[in-house]
Amino acid sequence: MATRHSVLVRVTHWITTLCFFALLVSGIEIVISHPRFYWGETGNDLTPTLFKLPIPASRNFVPSGYGYVLPDQNGWSRYLHFQSAWLLVFTGLLYVIFSLLNGHLRRDLLPHGADLSWRALSRSIASHLRFEQPSAAEASSYNVLQRLSYLFVIFVLFPFVIWTGLAMSPAFVSAVPAAVNILGGQQSARTLHFFVSVALVLFLLVHVGMVWFAGFRSRMRAMITGRVTASKEGA
Amino acid sequence: MSEPSKLEPSKLEPSPRNLSRRKLITTGLAATAGVAGLGVAARIAQKYGLIPPDRGGFYGLGETLTYASQRLLTRHSLAREFSRSQISQTPFPNEMPPLNDAFKSLQAGGFADWRLSVSGMVGRPASFSLAQLKSYPSHSQITMVQCEEGWSYIAEWNGVPLSQILQAVEVHPQARYVVYFSIDPDWWESIDMADALHPQTFLTYGMNGGELPVGNGGPLRLRVARQLGYKSVKFITHLTVTDNLKTFGKGLGSSAPEGGYAWYAGI
Repeated sequence: MATRHSVLVRVTHWITTLCFFALLVSGIEIVISHPRFYWGETGNDLTPTLFKLPIPASRNFVPSGYGYVLPDQNGWSRYLHFQSAWLLVFTGLLYVIFSLLNGHLRRDLLPHGADLSWRALSRSIASHLRFEQPSAAEASSYNVLQRLSYLFVIFVLFPFVIWTGLAMSPAFVSAVPAAVNILGGQQSARTLHFFVSVALVLFLLVHVGMVWFAGFRSRMRAMITGRVTASKEGA
Repeated sequence: MSEPSKLEPSKLEPSPRNLSRRKLITTGLAATAGVAGLGVAARIAQKYGLIPPDRGGFYGLGETLTYASQRLLTRHSLAREFSRSQISQTPFPNEMPPLNDAFKSLQAGGFADWRLSVSGMVGRPASFSLAQLKSYPSHSQITMVQCEEGWSYIAEWNGVPLSQILQAVEVHPQARYVVYFSIDPDWWESIDMADALHPQTFLTYGMNGGELPVGNGGPLRLRVARQLGYKSVKFITHLTVTDNLKTFGKGLGSSAPEGGYAWYAGI
């Protein structure tokens, strides 16, 4: 019996999961109050959209094309969204700082140089596309595509979703105007926040799909108890 | 495929022996220090006005973190101002509940009898007509209105900074909040002194060079440029200065938290 995931990884993983679902549900609730997206600084019901979601809105002024209005859930959704965001930021900081210090980042997440060659990468991609069962080695170590995806989520998507979120805050950008100006305006920030959220949801779907494929029970046990039995992989 | 990583000693299952007495004592001490530290932090935060009135309940911690951090970061910062060419061609007036009879009768008189009364912790309580407010030097700003729903527009706002009126009524130095009321009794808000004395917080009577349209809050709206639109109360008739929000409504600071929305809307 070996430990696949350290206590830090397991605890931060599940807090992140909890926060992510809270952010997702509350984010959807916030979006349905105005499911229209714009580019630039401003946008409202009287201006053209970049695109709009084909769903009804929770406010009756929005020209959604539907004859009914969904219940307004914006109040608690906003409270929950920011509360979860704070918890997620602290959890993320804890994870990143300790991963740097204890070598988790270097050992488990940074790909090995040899794995980054086109040949190795394409072999890994092909094996994923053929839905080959993961090797026993992958029970105790992430493969190169996992490493690259996790690094991308941790160091690109999460920072960008926090940035685009802050760029929508009128008070925050009064102190740091560059945060929104670089993105092309407040409505651009909102649209980008939506796209990054969609990217994170896509990651989640693939992530859960891969866990299912690799052996849901054993992978879940590994993330909850930390223990893994290599011989039973893929069962 | 990557090599399986070597099993480090730290990855091995901790045995019960590793949970030494020393570890338990250190953890206990750390936890006690943490709780005590939080207590001290809370008192300091209270003293420096970093705790919002809707601090109670499940979401209190998140709200406090948002308000405290933004207050520390943005006490004096200015909301972004835009160029004249960025003014929205279509300033969105938003949906409004039906205006009440008191409003309609004042509107029938061309708002000549509209008054803004100022009371509370001030040396000289007063009541201003629109003409009196307009007799102060007019200021303008081109700033964005941002609704919590997600839409926005940019307009030029004309008015008198609230700080000038507070100065005229000789606001007490112990004042901590300004509470302001719409003629619509369901809409009242409050802001701390950092926002009340902020140079972009206007008693607004004009928009884009003309009178402030009723749809946008005319004849008088308190514009709070660094917070979401619902803090910029339309049709204001009364404001009062206080050091304690407990005595207003349900004690949560404004009508927003009573309706489930955050008191602080800088985000």
